[in-house]
Amino acid sequence: MANTLAEKVWDAHVVRKGDGDGANAQPDLLYIDLHLVHEVTSPQAFEGLRLAGRKLRRPDLTIATEDHNTPTLDIDKPIADLTSRTQIQTLRNNCQEFGVRLHSLGDAEQGIVHVVGPQLGLTQPGMTVVCGDSHTSTHGAFGALAMGIGTSEVEHVMATQTLSLKPFKTMAINVEGTLKPGVTAKDIILAVIAKIGTGGGQGYVLEYRGSAIRALSMEARMTICNMSIEAGARAGLVAPDETTYAYMKGRPHAPEGADWDAAVEYWNTLRSDDDAVFDAQVDLDADTLEPFVTWGTNPGQGVSLSDKVPSPNDFGDENAKAAAERALQYMGLEAGTRMKDIRVDTVFLGSCTNSRIEDLRAAADVIRGRQKDPQVRMLVVPGSARVRLEAEAEGLDRVFKDFGAEWRFAGCSMCLGMNPDQLEPGERCASTSNRNFEGRQGKGGRTHLVSPVVAAATAVRGTLSSPSDLDPAPESAALHTDAA
Amino acid sequence: MEKFTTHTGIGVPLRQSNVDTDQIIPAVYLKRITRTGFEDALFSAWRKDPSFILNQAPFNAGSVLVAGPDFGTGSSREHAVWALKDYGFKTVLSSRFADIFRGNSGKQGLLAAELAQDDIELIWKTLENAPGTEVTVDLVSKTVICGNLVAPFAIDDYTRWRLLEGLDDIGLTLKHEEDITAYEATRPAFKPKTLPARLS
Repeated sequence: MANTLAEKVWDAHVVRKGDGDGANAQPDLLYIDLHLVHEVTSPQAFEGLRLAGRKLRRPDLTIATEDHNTPTLDIDKPIADLTSRTQIQTLRNNCQEFGVRLHSLGDAEQGIVHVVGPQLGLTQPGMTVVCGDSHTSTHGAFGALAMGIGTSEVEHVMATQTLSLKPFKTMAINVEGTLKPGVTAKDIILAVIAKIGTGGGQGYVLEYRGSAIRALSMEARMTICNMSIEAGARAGLVAPDETTYAYMKGRPHAPEGADWDAAVEYWNTLRSDDDAVFDAQVDLDADTLEPFVTWGTNPGQGVSLSDKVPSPNDFGDENAKAAAERALQYMGLEAGTRMKDIRVDTVFLGSCTNSRIEDLRAAADVIRGRQKDPQVRMLVVPGSARVRLEAEAEGLDRVFKDFGAEWRFAGCSMCLGMNPDQLEPGERCASTSNRNFEGRQGKGGRTHLVSPVVAAATAVRGTLSSPSDLDPAPESAALHTDAA
Repeated sequence: MEKFTTHTGIGVPLRQSNVDTDQIIPAVYLKRITRTGFEDALFSAWRKDPSFILNQAPFNAGSVLVAGPDFGTGSSREHAVWALKDYGFKTVLSSRFADIFRGNSGKQGLLAAELAQDDIELIWKTLENAPGTEVTVDLVSKTVICGNLVAPFAIDDYTRWRLLEGLDDIGLTLKHEEDITAYEATRPAFKPKTLPARLS
């Protein structure tokens, strides 16, 4: 029988099929290959194990890092916020007690959990990956079935290395064509979300397909899969190919020797069969896509950067209309304003969506040899300590510092504002992160989601901009590029 | 987990779509390491506004939240469910829930009942015209009763059974521990392990 990629990965992990059929079917029990843990959604799960006298079943399939609640400055000093410090210390104590490998602040492998897994080679095609974080969908870029779970499920995986899950429906997102210069993976996924809505993917696993997806790097595929959750889908994936294998080869936990050959043989079977049937199909034309940006307070409220802020009257649905009215009020925007006329106070380059080395390179290429708009504050937060080291080896830190940006240590930072990196009330931010919810980046803060190159161009001009809006860079900039 | 069969309580009309979990509980409250005591955190940004529905009697004593579509989107934080429960909500009605939120609710005994949007609109009107109206949510018959309205709601059978019985998921799974061990013996050798650690 013909199967989609998601169904193949699912079938390979069924420990026990649920009793019953159709609507009365009980969930399947699925085996989990990798459990990623961080400080925020794990303390209550560890405590649950302790209270029930249960063991953590597979420490060797579990890894922890500190990311959500860590500072990005002065990381060699004790964490100033006492509650944050307690939460980090709790993770350290729990990992020691239960024998979990932990990459702490200051460690070269510390960083955002969804950057760390792939970078260590722990995320591989055909795996099931879970984490108490909704952006676990990121790992789907490798052809893994990866999903975010709540703390009760974190505890369940710790105790049993399995999850009870009801089968998902499948949705093919077909992106055909060639992206124009300055248009990136972030623009693809923002356009997909605007098209199907924040609930459009609910109950589905998304598979991103088509020539435009095949042409993308692993970093770019991770950006797309990362935001599957913003379309309501719990998981999104891309079939593995030579690009995947080239990225994986030689990473610390990638298979070696005969294991590598056996793995590749298996990975090559991980694509949707030609005659497999998806429950839904969505098509997006890469040729005509432009840089995309959000204007509202949910990730589905987006338009092309060359477009205008919509009017609530543009929406037929009463709920969408009311949501637009509320969003415009919160965002302090007038309908009909050109997006490119919107001035920002802050630019944030970071988060599990866009903080990998390729994202930093792309932004650096835009700003090299230019000056930041003096009114704008720019924060650059690498996704992991490893990415930061890599960037410094390439001289990217100098490019950002010369430009006038702040070069920070790794973590989730201003994406969710749990640490001191927050917006002030009314402050407007062009952010490469994934959520523009009310207050997400700080109480009263206003977020526009953008790609790294749009973030960089915006920092130059002070208004939402794409690289094509910039004057040619001074001649010396090109020389600097060669030197780097 | 406490059993859920039927609940009757004051309905709270929350006329808003896309209520994400950052609104239900902002990230700043996620620094806590306890599982209870989140009642102050629920909708904390919105509760600063005196006109917010939970700042008005009798809605502040509500236990049935009636929300717009796409409730619980965004972050996976189970704290959102804890905060709703700690405040006193027993059930949330919406025409569409985010998957992770719905899953978390089921684990914690908060009933996420999916109704047709037309029925949600009728309930909103009743609750707004007669504040303090009680809503009955009957999990046995899968119906909601509000004023003259009797409306069916959807919930998957497995979650319904677990809620009715008040069953703990881990205990259920561990009954099949032999199956888990048998599966582990079949896993290919090339699958990665986190231990011993290999570094770059």
